[in-house]
Amino acid sequence: MASRSKALNIQKKPLGKRFRESIPFYLMLLPGIIFVFIFNYFPLYGLKIAFYRFIPAKGLFGDQKWVGMQYFKEIFVNPDFTHALFNTVIISVWKLSLSIVIAIIFSILINELRSSKLKRTVQTIVYLPHFLSWVILAGVFMDLLSPEYGMINKLITALGGEPIFFLGSNQYFRGTLIVTDLWKEFGFNTIVYLAAITSIDPSLYESAVVDGANRFKQIWHITLPGMLPIILLMALLNIGSVMNANFDQVYNMYSPAVYETGDVLDTLVYRVGLVQANFSLSTAIGLFKSVISLILVGSSYGLAYKFAGYRIF
Amino acid sequence: MLISKGEKIFNVINSIFLVLVALLCIAPMVYMLAVSLSDNAQVVAGNVSFWPKKFTLASYEYLVSLRSFWNSMLISVERVVISLIFTLVFTALTAYPLSKSSNKFLGRSFFAWYFFIPMLVNGGLIPTYLTISSLKLLGTIWALILPTSVVTFYVILMLNFFRGIPGEIEEAALIDGAGQWRILFTIYLPLSLPSLATIAVYCSLGQWNEWFQGIIYMNDPSQYPLMSYLQIAVLNVNLDELSPEEAAKLSQIGTQTYKAAQLFVAAIPMICVYPFLQKYFTKGLTLGSVKG
Repeated sequence: MASRSKALNIQKKPLGKRFRESIPFYLMLLPGIIFVFIFNYFPLYGLKIAFYRFIPAKGLFGDQKWVGMQYFKEIFVNPDFTHALFNTVIISVWKLSLSIVIAIIFSILINELRSSKLKRTVQTIVYLPHFLSWVILAGVFMDLLSPEYGMINKLITALGGEPIFFLGSNQYFRGTLIVTDLWKEFGFNTIVYLAAITSIDPSLYESAVVDGANRFKQIWHITLPGMLPIILLMALLNIGSVMNANFDQVYNMYSPAVYETGDVLDTLVYRVGLVQANFSLSTAIGLFKSVISLILVGSSYGLAYKFAGYRIF
Repeated sequence: MLISKGEKIFNVINSIFLVLVALLCIAPMVYMLAVSLSDNAQVVAGNVSFWPKKFTLASYEYLVSLRSFWNSMLISVERVVISLIFTLVFTALTAYPLSKSSNKFLGRSFFAWYFFIPMLVNGGLIPTYLTISSLKLLGTIWALILPTSVVTFYVILMLNFFRGIPGEIEEAALIDGAGQWRILFTIYLPLSLPSLATIAVYCSLGQWNEWFQGIIYMNDPSQYPLMSYLQIAVLNVNLDELSPEEAAKLSQIGTQTYKAAQLFVAAIPMICVYPFLQKYFTKGLTLGSVKG
């Protein structure tokens, strides 16, 4: 270790020369630095309004009244907030855990297809929903799931059941969110797992065949263990998104009737902030969410680095 | 190779199952198409499934004459094109220096952190909104383009690609007297077309489908990009806001088929384009996530 760093020191150029040679690099970075400062760092300064009774007319630099933790005390006694927090966590935990399991199953099944033409076609088609915006899909699902004329409910009544108001009843709304999100993303999620399967050494399968292992045994003893590192990595990285229950989807599909079970933190932040125009309270809720998210993302990266050697840069 | 009977049965069942699943993935869009081509009374009665009932093009005839829809589509196209230029230039300029080692680029770690931190924390809705508003960008297309012109994820994709280019090429060019700008634009970028294409795909998909910023940053529905327009005009259609002629025409065609036609036409660009871009987004996903 010591000799290695010594060797590196000898190679290192003097500071002045390194600086001079780096000047073009600084110039290249300059536009990015400015934009990131304006659009990413400056809003962080704006987080201060969570601690002030913010009056928009006076502006961010104006003389606002400091109220300390008042808004944070307010959110914890607010039933809307507790509902939204609970809904966010429960919806995203279901989505994240089921999405991994389903993507693993489908990537194995797709990989087992013998005809490569069929394989390619199936892959292409199951990727489709990922590329459609939730605005479009929400419109489609509102029609499909409508209790009056929706196809799903026609099917249910034809089988002798009662029509279900999937998007308007607190009993079904969360389930509908979870199922439609899984439907939209499962195909796309198989991509990473399929890539992991392709990188498994084919000679392993050859020797397994020689040893008389059938397809199911090959899947169990070669394919799955070969996928394990990437499964672990995806599971760890998923921890970081527990606080995101998919604003796009919820906003386009929910309604006041299902706020109790379907309102999530991001939609609450939007309504409190831009509909009720309570900027400070909205920012306090957002800041609470960001702090928890930061802890989760930080630990997920840390764990991913430790257990899967994952590095971002 | 011998295939046992069990495996044969498995192959058949697996193929059939996956074909059914694939059909399930396109079913909602097929349903939309069928609804858009049907008579509204049939739709409301719940008679339409995957085939039009009482075929009519009325909703499409109405759509063709709907100025606001096409105006929004034009805004979306403009947004995607301008975003692409900004994003590609900024990403390349940012990723190139960061792909160098600290030995070559003094302060590299500091700048790497500077661009990485926004991935972890952000100001959130209101502070970002206040920033855009105090820059007087509200109501201009720049509010939809500038805030996302430097995306750390794209920078990481690109810098990983740059690192894969052998350092000897750069050394040789430096000895020949080329500057870093020239090396970036005449050597690195032409070699990086696959990663530029990947980023272009992600960026244009994201910008085309983005709807929320349009709603909060634009002052007037005539400035909405297509997805924002659909959000307001189709998901939250409010008959009071329509002009009397529009309302009369709509009640003739019926809102269900007319909504379906708009949603379907808005989805067409994505449906047509994504199959050809597959190799790029697949590459991007695996490039970014699986490393050593």
